[in-house]
Amino acid sequence: MNNNIYIYIAVMTVITYAIRVLPLTVFRKPIKNKYIRSFLYYVPYVTLSVMTFPAIINATQSPVSGILALAVGIIVAYFKGNLFIVSVSCCAIVFVSELII
Amino acid sequence: MNKSINRTAFLKGFKDGIPIGLGYFAVAFSLGIAARSAGMSPLQGFLMSILNNASAGEYAAVSVIAAGGAYIEMAIITLVTNARYLLMSCALSQRLSTNTRLPHRLLMGAVVTDEIFAVTISQPGYANPYYTYGAIVIASPLWAVGTAFGIAAGNFLPANIVSAFSVALFGMFIAVLIPQAKKDKKMAIVIIASFLLSWLFAALPAVKEMSEGTRTIILTVGISAVAALIFPVAEDDKNE
Repeated sequence: MNNNIYIYIAVMTVITYAIRVLPLTVFRKPIKNKYIRSFLYYVPYVTLSVMTFPAIINATQSPVSGILALAVGIIVAYFKGNLFIVSVSCCAIVFVSELII
Repeated sequence: MNKSINRTAFLKGFKDGIPIGLGYFAVAFSLGIAARSAGMSPLQGFLMSILNNASAGEYAAVSVIAAGGAYIEMAIITLVTNARYLLMSCALSQRLSTNTRLPHRLLMGAVVTDEIFAVTISQPGYANPYYTYGAIVIASPLWAVGTAFGIAAGNFLPANIVSAFSVALFGMFIAVLIPQAKKDKKMAIVIIASFLLSWLFAALPAVKEMSEGTRTIILTVGISAVAALIFPVAEDDKNE
């Protein structure tokens, strides 16, 4: 096989763009159906939850530091930390805890 | 739309985009290391990332390139790993004012990443496209440069630094999830259920063979469908 990397990139770009842009251009009217509205309200948060856990535990060198990052992130976010503060706290606890572990 | 409102939204987006971009840079760096071993040049890595802005999708794509897979395989794996963006775009579409013009829709469509989507919907009321542009204008170049940098520089960052950086994106997810869970108890239950089921799916013998992208799709559709049935959302608490 002698495939061209630029063609690979073109294929993935077209598919990815189509996935993202079709709902924005086709569904122009607000959805009235209560069930569908509720479904769409939950989708993004469920996706983020599913992608966060257990992936955060496997992202670090040790599962312990991943669990600590999750716990610290939740606590900091609960007390009104913004995106940046929460992220930095998570990184910091991983760095510090892996020095000890 | 009012010019000064759009300017304010753009600057707010830019400010919120900085931590996202820094997180992207770290993640893209490790993506670049994988892309390097797949035989990609820094320019190719840059192009792939600036055009796709897709973390899981790009990882999967790099593995297809490394294996010399068919173009059709590339198309399918991209479709599967990025299918969640279809759902996110549907949700975002509901947050756009109906008179949002087509060029804005075409442009916003290019940049629905997990994080950009998350910060966009965390803004109250209708989504202002300029907020999203402000965020992506800083985040996307950092993502692309990070990929190229990873390919060019290879493996010189120590493992503990990479490990620490790798939770930056999860931190951002958590920062979006927790405030919503605080405001809405039903959402808190749904998030906890999602954590548990996701953990179960990653551990169960038959299910764990599925790719992460496929698991994400199944869990997202399944859990959201059940949540909408048990906890339907009333009109007015939708955007709050």
